[in-house]
Amino acid sequence: MLGHLPALQVIIPLISAPVCVLITRASWAWLLATIVSIASFVIAVLLVHEVSAHGVLSYHLGGWEPPLGIEYRIDHLSAYVLTIVAATASITMVAARKSIEQEIPSEKINLFFSAYLLCLTGLLGIVVSGDAFNIFVFLEISSLSSYALIAMGRDRRSLTAAYQYLIMGTIGATFILIGVGLLYMLTGTLNIHDLQQKIPAIVDSRTLHAAFAFLTAGISLKIALFPLHLWLPNAYAHAPSMITVFLSATATKVSVYVMLRFFFGLFPPDISLEQFHLGKILLPLSIIAILTASFVAVFQENIKRMLAYSSVAQIGYMTLGIGLGSANGAIAGMVYLFNHAIIKGGLFLAMACVVLRTGSVRLEDFSGLGKRMPWTMAAIVLLGLGLIGIPFTGGFVSKWYVLSAAIEQGHWLAAVVIVGGSLLTILYIWKIIEYAYFKTPVSAKLQNLTTHEAPRQMLLPLWLLVIGNFYFGLDTSFSLGYASTAIQTLFR
Amino acid sequence: MIADYFNYWVVIVLMMMGFYIVISDSNLIKKIIGLNIFQTSVFILFISMSKVKGGTAPILIAETDLYSNPLPHVLILTAIVVSVSTTALGLAIIARIHRAYDTVDETAIHEQDDLQDDN
Repeated sequence: MLGHLPALQVIIPLISAPVCVLITRASWAWLLATIVSIASFVIAVLLVHEVSAHGVLSYHLGGWEPPLGIEYRIDHLSAYVLTIVAATASITMVAARKSIEQEIPSEKINLFFSAYLLCLTGLLGIVVSGDAFNIFVFLEISSLSSYALIAMGRDRRSLTAAYQYLIMGTIGATFILIGVGLLYMLTGTLNIHDLQQKIPAIVDSRTLHAAFAFLTAGISLKIALFPLHLWLPNAYAHAPSMITVFLSATATKVSVYVMLRFFFGLFPPDISLEQFHLGKILLPLSIIAILTASFVAVFQENIKRMLAYSSVAQIGYMTLGIGLGSANGAIAGMVYLFNHAIIKGGLFLAMACVVLRTGSVRLEDFSGLGKRMPWTMAAIVLLGLGLIGIPFTGGFVSKWYVLSAAIEQGHWLAAVVIVGGSLLTILYIWKIIEYAYFKTPVSAKLQNLTTHEAPRQMLLPLWLLVIGNFYFGLDTSFSLGYASTAIQTLFR
Repeated sequence: MIADYFNYWVVIVLMMMGFYIVISDSNLIKKIIGLNIFQTSVFILFISMSKVKGGTAPILIAETDLYSNPLPHVLILTAIVVSVSTTALGLAIIARIHRAYDTVDETAIHEQDDLQDDN
């Protein structure tokens, strides 16, 4: 049984998705999705232990030997990202019920959860798979289901957002497909481990350069790296609240994983960095992403969109870490990924609480919410501190490591931008606090509204994330320790 | 040069045509058509690389032992399925956009969105 864990990680959500279509009772569909999410979290934790104890796990699908057969390969890096995805999925699903019942028409709830399970399948599949083409297929499974999920938003603009994401996402995925095809043309293999052995011999080939370029453009589109981020703010702002929580903490994170896996796993790190100058592409774009996206976020009136722009900036921090081109930089990027999943997931979950009670995420409608929804607002403040990077929060740890990796490499401009980005973060988080605590509602509609605190079923997961934000600010043995082992095995 | 790499030239021309339609056309359905052309060019790229000179179809027969590589065909079967689902989903979203906005033109949709205040 334990030996089949890598396959079970993908198969359980995959099989549950069609089962979910058959369940017509909304609450049962929710229950199934929640149980499956928690099961995948349990499997992820078991895998973390297995990998720590026995090293890399290689699972041969259907018993066919790699490189001909498809291999599922779990190393420290995959186990780490699996835990993040599965944990976010569990927390989102536990909290999701009330919010989903309010935002999704009841006859579509089972289909909604079915699409969610497919999305989870795709994301977990990307991480477990050790086969480049298989990664493309899982990428498309997760993307197609997330387009459908985003289109279920309550506003008609969710449709155009989903359409825009569909066009850009498909172009990105097709670029990745071209890259994988060119690699296959050169080496005759699709297995990542096998490709890694064969690439150093053909490093001068122009086809390899083209493959690298296509992969970079495709993966950057999926990550939403500046200037390919245009799909993200609309998609996050108009998607159903719980889907924003789920996607913000998983989809772009898994794409960052794909970048690490392809450029430091499939291509040996020294070839990516020295022959193909990955750092020279990533560093300037990341710096612009941090500055412009944070700046744009300050002027947003819709808080979900503000946080979405903030995500674009935070993604800049992760790619900045990766672009620094040192093992420490990549570790910093991974730690950033981990803490940002907690913080941004939490902030969007707080938005879901607000939408449930007031039906609006406009800044001015936040007036006086500090009194009406004290627990939700307190969570926003504490998670906001993490986003800014105040000491004793997870956000501080991750910013600190990116900063010290930048200084270690002598990138002073990057170091200044990291600190400057934090200052801009203070500005937009302060705007939320100012409205929630120091302004009284202007419109009569809001004054008469008897808004009360969000249900406990949503507050508990939210506060779990708040506690996580502080816990991982003090104890970094998993977030940093595991990431270091993961990256060091790649850079060895 | 062109004759040697004829298939690959076709791939590049189709790819750029599809890509240009996606970027430049404001009609949502035509964008999907462009996307299809773009993806088809990638299918041709894969199929072209699988051809072995003088090789036959990869079915075991007694007369020859030189076969074309079957693997890219299999990969592309999967990619075609992905492409079909993308098209279906895209068209489904367009159908709902048409119901909500009464147009499938991107510029007209943006105009309507600008009128509606941000929520």
